[in-house]
Amino acid sequence: MAARIGIFIVFVAVFLSIPAFSSAQDLQIVNAERRIDLSSHIVKAFLTVKVENIGKDPAAEMLLAFPPIQIKNLAMVQALAVTGKKKKKTYVPLDVKPTEQPDAPNDTGYFRVSFVSPLGPGETITLEVLYILTHSLEPFPVEITQSESQLVYYHDSAVILSPYHVKQQTTFVKTPSTRVESFTSIEPANRAGKEIKYGPYENHAPNSYTPVIIHFENNSPFAVVEELEREIEISHWGSLQITEHYKLTHGGARHKGVFSRVDYQSRRSVSGASSFNGLLAVLPPRVNSVYYRDDIGNISTSHLRTGFRKSELEFEPRYPLFGGWRATFIIGYRVPLEDYLFEASDGRRYLNFTFGCPLVETIVNKLTVKVVLPEGSKDPSAVLPFTVNQDLQVKYSYLDIVGRTVVVLQKDNVVPTHNVPFQVYYTFKPIYMLAEPFMLVSAFFFVFVATLAYVHIDLNIVRK
Amino acid sequence: MGGKQDSTKSESMATTKTAPDLLNSSIFSFKSLKLKTKQQELLIRVSILGLVYVLAFIARLFSVLRYESMIHEFDPYFNYRTTLFLTEKGFYEFWNWFDSESWYPLGRIIGGTLYPGLMVTAALIYWTLRFLRFFVHIREVCVLTAPFFASNTTLVAYFFGKEIWDTGAGLVAAVLIAICPGYISRSVAGSYDNEAVAIFALLLTFYLFVKAVNTGSLAWALGSAFGYFYMVSAWGGYVFIINLVPLYVLVLLITGRYSMRLYIAYNCMYILGMLLAMQIRFVGFQHVQSGEHMGAMGVFLLMQVFYFLDWVKYQLNDIKLFQTFLRITVTSAILVGGVALGVGTASGYISPWTGRFYSLLDPTYAKDHIPIIASVSEHQPTAWSSFMFDYHILLFLFPAGLYFCFKRLTDATIFIVMYGLTSLYFAGVMVRLILVATPAVCLISAIAVSATVKNLTSLLRTKQKVPQSGSTKGAGSSKASSKVTLDQSQPFQKNGAIALLLGVFYLLSRYAIHCTWVTSEAYSSPSIVLAARGAHGNRIIFDDYREAYYWLRQNTPTDAKIMSWWDYGYQITAMGNRTVIVDNNTWNNTHIATVGRAMSSYEDEAYDIMRSLDVNYVLVVFGGVTGYSSDDINKFLWMVRIGGGVFPVIKEPDYLVNGEFRVDKGASPKMLNCLMYKLCYYRFGELTTEYGKPTGYDRARGVEIGNKDIKLEHLEEAYTTSNWIVRIYRVKPPTNRL
Repeated sequence: MAARIGIFIVFVAVFLSIPAFSSAQDLQIVNAERRIDLSSHIVKAFLTVKVENIGKDPAAEMLLAFPPIQIKNLAMVQALAVTGKKKKKTYVPLDVKPTEQPDAPNDTGYFRVSFVSPLGPGETITLEVLYILTHSLEPFPVEITQSESQLVYYHDSAVILSPYHVKQQTTFVKTPSTRVESFTSIEPANRAGKEIKYGPYENHAPNSYTPVIIHFENNSPFAVVEELEREIEISHWGSLQITEHYKLTHGGARHKGVFSRVDYQSRRSVSGASSFNGLLAVLPPRVNSVYYRDDIGNISTSHLRTGFRKSELEFEPRYPLFGGWRATFIIGYRVPLEDYLFEASDGRRYLNFTFGCPLVETIVNKLTVKVVLPEGSKDPSAVLPFTVNQDLQVKYSYLDIVGRTVVVLQKDNVVPTHNVPFQVYYTFKPIYMLAEPFMLVSAFFFVFVATLAYVHIDLNIVRK
Repeated sequence: MGGKQDSTKSESMATTKTAPDLLNSSIFSFKSLKLKTKQQELLIRVSILGLVYVLAFIARLFSVLRYESMIHEFDPYFNYRTTLFLTEKGFYEFWNWFDSESWYPLGRIIGGTLYPGLMVTAALIYWTLRFLRFFVHIREVCVLTAPFFASNTTLVAYFFGKEIWDTGAGLVAAVLIAICPGYISRSVAGSYDNEAVAIFALLLTFYLFVKAVNTGSLAWALGSAFGYFYMVSAWGGYVFIINLVPLYVLVLLITGRYSMRLYIAYNCMYILGMLLAMQIRFVGFQHVQSGEHMGAMGVFLLMQVFYFLDWVKYQLNDIKLFQTFLRITVTSAILVGGVALGVGTASGYISPWTGRFYSLLDPTYAKDHIPIIASVSEHQPTAWSSFMFDYHILLFLFPAGLYFCFKRLTDATIFIVMYGLTSLYFAGVMVRLILVATPAVCLISAIAVSATVKNLTSLLRTKQKVPQSGSTKGAGSSKASSKVTLDQSQPFQKNGAIALLLGVFYLLSRYAIHCTWVTSEAYSSPSIVLAARGAHGNRIIFDDYREAYYWLRQNTPTDAKIMSWWDYGYQITAMGNRTVIVDNNTWNNTHIATVGRAMSSYEDEAYDIMRSLDVNYVLVVFGGVTGYSSDDINKFLWMVRIGGGVFPVIKEPDYLVNGEFRVDKGASPKMLNCLMYKLCYYRFGELTTEYGKPTGYDRARGVEIGNKDIKLEHLEEAYTTSNWIVRIYRVKPPTNRL
């Protein structure tokens, strides 16, 4: 018995050590091209790498490395394997998971990309990696006046940080305008229009890092939702009520000194260039009963366009948002239930709804999605394509006795790419739907009975 | 009881009517009909009341439909804020609340300086609803409290009308009060003010008291005492009750209508009511210490003297002896009372009448002595037009009702007459007191309508009967002569009655139309959101107040102190959640005068005042761009007056040119350079407000401003709302001395 367990342990150990073993130095990056898009405050980087297995064993996975300043702002990493030749390219999504490396230099963070099939010795594979960074544009100067435009710093490395040897690489950085105050030049580097090109660089050793700073103008709206709470309430009477509580702030350079209305309304192009006023929320089609309000009442500046594929809510906060200004508001709407609630093959019901924030080009620092299931629902479980914190709560709403189960999903650092469907499964008996009407009916019934009784019973002590 | 009497009356009438027809009509159908009349009457009465109840509620919802479910005006925002606090923190916290967010740096003891009735009522409704699993927001409860209590008032009006006249009058009174603009003006949805529940409490107290006087029942008197307690907890207008009821008792005593019923009703109501009222901290021991409440106590003592005399009279059989005794007792009682009052007043135990009380009795008092009372628009003497606006036909029905009351003088009608006359006088003194007079006017008018309609219909009914009998006895020629005389008067009387009835219904329908129109046009705008018609007939909303308050709430430090004229204090604390220097609870005249002084001084002088008050932001309301006329420039003279009342350095003539208030080039130099002018018109000179007019054209006053080049030294523009209605300035920290 003991021997068998020992063999099993050895087997597991061997099995586990294979990937770590092979990924160490047996891979090299033949060619890498990186395109960083800095045009909004959400930094998107597209990385195309051609990986070759130069070791003797097949490699099942590879590592992506990120410097510590990026790892904490990394909202999302996606990887695709490219197969086929130029004409018939197909993309296969790969599994990407954060991982710890024991010998990580300078707190470098790693992500593990698992190949579909292990990469044999001498074979190459091309990967397309997309990663998104938030809060990576640092305003400098930190405070600006109304008439100044916003300048930001972007910190990165001219060469790609990688645990592997990189034979050849190029990095393109796209800035929102041609105004670039300065950029660190690592030869060969040059700037043309809105693009800065770093490279090509040849033969960089593993873990090489050459910091660069780009100082440029970025007046795109730095709309940051510090906290967003979305409450999705399922009513089996036919609708889905969604209430979203926003705490919005302007995450760019802080506004300093005077706000002049004259300048703002007459010289709009130069005054308050970095401020923003209009926001756009993409809501589901067939949305109805939309409202937009805050703690002190309705806000009247909004327009709704409904369409077949999506509805758009164009709205303005009560005041334009300058750097550091805040606005909290609530958006609520209702959608028909049949579009989002389905019955699974095993008899359970499931809600299929979009995760993430409906506002376009917005970062959400902390997103809480609450799915309020109808009273009497059991065994809730949520299915999501990425990891989130899950919790269960109880909420009392109109005419509730035992309360409604609330599935709470919480995720930090959410970007628009996270707007993907998720499912919440639960079991529900339709008989519970009749509980509330029954309560109302019986309440009225008792009122009438009480009235009848009162009319017919003589409560006088002294007989008249 | 009244209802039952009536129904028995109608029953007997019905029997007398049907008696002659017994021969030629089936007995059963009539009998079954007769049985049903009582039920029919009850059904009709209950359904009318139910409809009136609903009508009173929905007539007040215009503002919710037009705008949104929101709190209106100024004071309601304070009430809403305190209610919110009450529901969140509980009653004891609320009772002991020291609010450091207002009257900086003094603060305000909220629990001891407010009438908690409204907040507690709303909180109770809220808690009840939550207990019943209706998870409403407290704001919705607050918004709908006033309509709900207006509905309840109609019920009270019905019972009151029934008590003083008959069920018909009660029903008419309920209908009239349900839609009377004088009442609607203060009880639309969102008008979450003390008056919303106070009118209900007032009428309830009066009704229960009259009921107690009519029945001599201790239970009704007790009810009346509790009604009074509720009124005291809700509104300062309770002083009206505590003076009117003794006055009424006094009148009854003088007119020789003293009875045991009155003795029981008044003593119970006064003693218990007084003890209960002392539980309200804001009122405290005023019932025994303040001059305004002394009348009630005097009447109470007088009542005891009366009772004592009655007893002595019963004991003594000799009339002469009693007369001498009467003389001695009354003289000594008056002497003792007078001396006690004199000593009390002289020693300061009994406080003299307050300025507000004086200004009620004497309309000119406030204008000369208390500018802060006179500056409020709702404290102005009432114009005739607003009587017409708020009462419409009731203004003509009121004297008619008085006539009917005098024709059938009872204890109850005496009461309503006194209530009507005194409150109408107060309504003439102050616009806002039209509200107090409204129930009385409605009740007395209802008596007029009901009595008239009843007389006319009974006239019509008797006519119907006579021709009927004539036709049945047409063959008999013996009564031909009497028939001729009848025929001579009948057609004229009948037609006249029909015409009069039609006239009454026409008037009543005009009243209904007028009320609806007034409610919809005049009394249903929240005043915090302004609406205007655009060039193409579209509705433009100016939501600048909330824009500014929300900006303050989100983008200023949480401990920032905001200086503004006191009108906006409650709104800034409730919506902006920031500390204010002065607010609508105008308890400290000096503090308000300091703000008035700062606003009317030059910038550097004002800066010193603002520094001493730790002011971080200054908020002014400016209507020059939109043509909004109730802005701070138009209120400015009051600031000067109030400031000048305490600080003689501020002199009103300095701001006037030949007694005229101007802002254009002809304005006085002091005006053109005072803080208020600078803050309102800062950089306004660069703006073109109207096509074809020069820059800096003030649309609210229709002039081009006199000082277009305004430089600010110690303040800077922090925010100006999209239509310029609210402008907020930041007070710069002092520059470093080098």
